[in-house]
Amino acid sequence: MNKVVSGADEAIRDIEDGMTLMVGGFGMCGLPEKSILALVKKGVKNLTCISNNAGVDDFGIGLLLHQHQVKKMISSYVGENAVFERQLLSGELEVELIPQGTLATRCMAAGYGMPAIFTPAGIGTEVAIGKEVRNFNGKDYLMEMAFDADFAIVKAWKGDRLGNLVYRSTARNFNPVMAMAGRITIAEVEELVEPGELDPDNIHTPGIYVHRIFQGEDYEKRIEQRTVRKREEI
Amino acid sequence: MLDKTGIAKRIAKEIKDGYYVNLGIGIPTLVANYIPDGVDVILQSENGLLGMGPFPFEGEEDPDTINAGKQTITKLAGSAVFDSALSFGMIRAKKVNLTILGAMEVSEKGDIANWKIPGKMVKGMGGAMDLVASAENIIVAMQHVNKAGESKLLPNCTLPLTGINCVKKIVTELAVLDVLPEGGFRLLERAPGVTVEEIKAATAGKLIIEGEIPEMVI
Repeated sequence: MNKVVSGADEAIRDIEDGMTLMVGGFGMCGLPEKSILALVKKGVKNLTCISNNAGVDDFGIGLLLHQHQVKKMISSYVGENAVFERQLLSGELEVELIPQGTLATRCMAAGYGMPAIFTPAGIGTEVAIGKEVRNFNGKDYLMEMAFDADFAIVKAWKGDRLGNLVYRSTARNFNPVMAMAGRITIAEVEELVEPGELDPDNIHTPGIYVHRIFQGEDYEKRIEQRTVRKREEI
Repeated sequence: MLDKTGIAKRIAKEIKDGYYVNLGIGIPTLVANYIPDGVDVILQSENGLLGMGPFPFEGEEDPDTINAGKQTITKLAGSAVFDSALSFGMIRAKKVNLTILGAMEVSEKGDIANWKIPGKMVKGMGGAMDLVASAENIIVAMQHVNKAGESKLLPNCTLPLTGINCVKKIVTELAVLDVLPEGGFRLLERAPGVTVEEIKAATAGKLIIEGEIPEMVI
């Protein structure tokens, strides 16, 4: 079994206009930056993107927005992006804002083969409009459906050619749950290793969920908010 | 009257030894700086970290290690990293003992509005709706009145809601107040130099004053 593809272009070769994509990452952290660049190059349009954020103007999903490739964003927080704001106000872009935990859990449900989940998030708010409410043990919960995405695109730290993945630090975020949720899952990794090099006890995403994998080169790993302290402040 | 640091210092006194705490963006983030000595807490960052440490030293920033505000941070000894679904799983399952967040409005029923102003660009609710829907202990850190001088402690919220019947306590530049289960803001403490009359004037919702109201000790 070999899931390795030559690079991002081959990995995304059959992503077509109008498809629904999950894109891993939290802000710029753990972002599948090579696959996004390949999608920009390919120029596919009318995409629906499920991703916690919408990137910044010149990085991440912001690049796809710049080329008018996105029809709809499903996100929990979309600040920090002027292109996004312009397209939203002009009506070119549709956005569905959903609670962050709901977003993650709707991905998880897809990966666990469950059609829906119940969450209290959004009860009594506009998020609940049009959704089924169920009462369990005296508390109201919203029924939220599992996502159905044509592709999930994730970024991991290390992976092997069987698709087993390991993430690094908080770059894990949405990547494991999205990796489980795509009909086809593409993983880009900083380091592609041979089977056996990853400790089976420490695999974060079992390879069964991953269909294509490649090693990206020269990750930019942009920092969104560089916050530091001075050494004398100890 | 308290400044932002004063609000953070007063809230820090609410944190008990052994708590797992989620801090929102803004004043709540400052609370981490004033946790009393001997009080051992673990900070949860909802992007997937328990055991959040301070900002890194200059030159030691790790783009893979950020908090929910997307700031570079460090991990403390004993920290744990997990995915976003698990992170909200522990929030939903009420494992996080205390949630501290900012607000635009709070109602006397404990409803909170803090994510959307109609007519303005909406950035999104992030994890706020999940947190307020599940947390059992929510403290709001905010100014008592908005920039137009209008009270933010109201009979009913006017802005789109983030969650209902959830806020337990409010700390502002003027006062510390409980939100009672049957409705109403119960005044607990006055900020230094602030009179009960001033707090009454700044509170539009039902204010309950029982006996002498002590001045805060910070």
